[in-house]
Amino acid sequence: MSNVPQELRYTKSHEWVRREEDGSVTVGITDHAQELLGDLVYVEAPEVGTTFSSGEDCAVVESVKAASDVYAPVSGEVTEANEALTDTPETVNSDPYGDGWIFKIKPADEGELDDLLDADAYAEQIAAEE
Amino acid sequence: MGKRTPLYDTHVEFNAKIVDFGGWDMPLHYGSQVKEHEIVRTHAGMFDVSHMTVVDLQGERVRDFLRYLLANDVARLKNPGKALYSCMLNEQGCVIDDLIVYYINDQFFRMVVNASTRDKDLAWIEKHAGNFGVSVKERDDLAMVAVQGPEARDLVHEVIDSAKQQAAAELGQFFMAMFDDDWAIARTGYTGEDGYEIMLPGDQAASFWQALAKAGVSPAGLGARDTLRLEAGMNLYGSDMDETTSPLESGLGWTIAWEPAERDFIGRAALQQQRDAGIKNKLVGLLMENKGVLRNHQKVLVEGLEAGEITSGSFSPTLGQAIAFARVPATIGERAKVDIRGKQVDVKVIKPPFVRNGKACI
Repeated sequence: MSNVPQELRYTKSHEWVRREEDGSVTVGITDHAQELLGDLVYVEAPEVGTTFSSGEDCAVVESVKAASDVYAPVSGEVTEANEALTDTPETVNSDPYGDGWIFKIKPADEGELDDLLDADAYAEQIAAEE
Repeated sequence: MGKRTPLYDTHVEFNAKIVDFGGWDMPLHYGSQVKEHEIVRTHAGMFDVSHMTVVDLQGERVRDFLRYLLANDVARLKNPGKALYSCMLNEQGCVIDDLIVYYINDQFFRMVVNASTRDKDLAWIEKHAGNFGVSVKERDDLAMVAVQGPEARDLVHEVIDSAKQQAAAELGQFFMAMFDDDWAIARTGYTGEDGYEIMLPGDQAASFWQALAKAGVSPAGLGARDTLRLEAGMNLYGSDMDETTSPLESGLGWTIAWEPAERDFIGRAALQQQRDAGIKNKLVGLLMENKGVLRNHQKVLVEGLEAGEITSGSFSPTLGQAIAFARVPATIGERAKVDIRGKQVDVKVIKPPFVRNGKACI
């Protein structure tokens, strides 16, 4: 069974979102997503300062097997990208909710965060997919 | 549910991630494709390749038949047990399948062909075998396990009886030893490492696998098999060549036996014509120095123009870089670009293999 932490919010496209105290949100891919992809060998994080609309593809994660887009969970400006993943993309496999975070975004409209799935709804979705 | 090999339940027991592979339920990996790849390069891994098709060919004129059927020449096989890699071509000189043929004795050869091409291969072989009075028998009673890596042979020797052990230990590269009718050990493989491909009765496969695991051989899935063969510079049928491409533009010119000139084989006339007209394309290796991954069907650009396509692309765990095979114009130089999601990325054009016997060779 995949790990779905209670305190995070999720998208249908398998990103997780954590609200930070400075008003930004941290984004990564879920444990379920990393399991489906297998060993990651490349992460292309978005450039800091770029703005995305929610649902827009903004990063790419590649395993040996396949490339997969990562979508912006909310609209906003990218404030930080996890540079460490350039050399150690496998961190996304080993610690998807911790050191495997991919980027931080400053939401243009905090209200969009309420549209995201909570842990129970996301767990239900992945159970239905299996 | 797809077709299952005699080892299916064993794969599930070893926590395999099972995927559909040409109608077969096969293990993609047992946790980490990259770790399995590394184990084969440094120790020993085992692959279930029972989905592949084993065909026994028998008859007085079986050698004549194979000299007509295959582009490589089985007359090169002088010693019993010796194996030969060949393409089987259609009349257009394009590839129906690639295969390994083993010379058992003058009335008996064994071929191993791909799983995904089984039906058309058998139909093609049978169509021509009749004229030579050769019997064609599919050995779907046999399972096949490939044990590969620098420690593979020693570990296999630990789990087979002394008669097999002695015969196996004496095998030269690309030779097979057969025991009765239902066990065969061949010093062949698809990884660029030393090791064996072992054919055995399906009902003995699970206990053999368990014994190998106990001896220290790690299960490896089709994912690792693909990156290993790509590093080793070995073609994959359906990706790198098929019924629309000739061996001459697939990096397989070396498998065509042009001599003796009087030997007639299927596809020869068409190949000769292609050769006379000049071969426009060739299969090359690509190495990407930047970070990222090369993928099948990405376009190769020369001087800004689309010139070719990647036929097999992946990430090389041994090199830590992306590698690929690509079909490109024969005139290509040492550098090219690949279109990755709209970005033009530099690649180096090289001659495969990338890795042999655990070591980078580029």
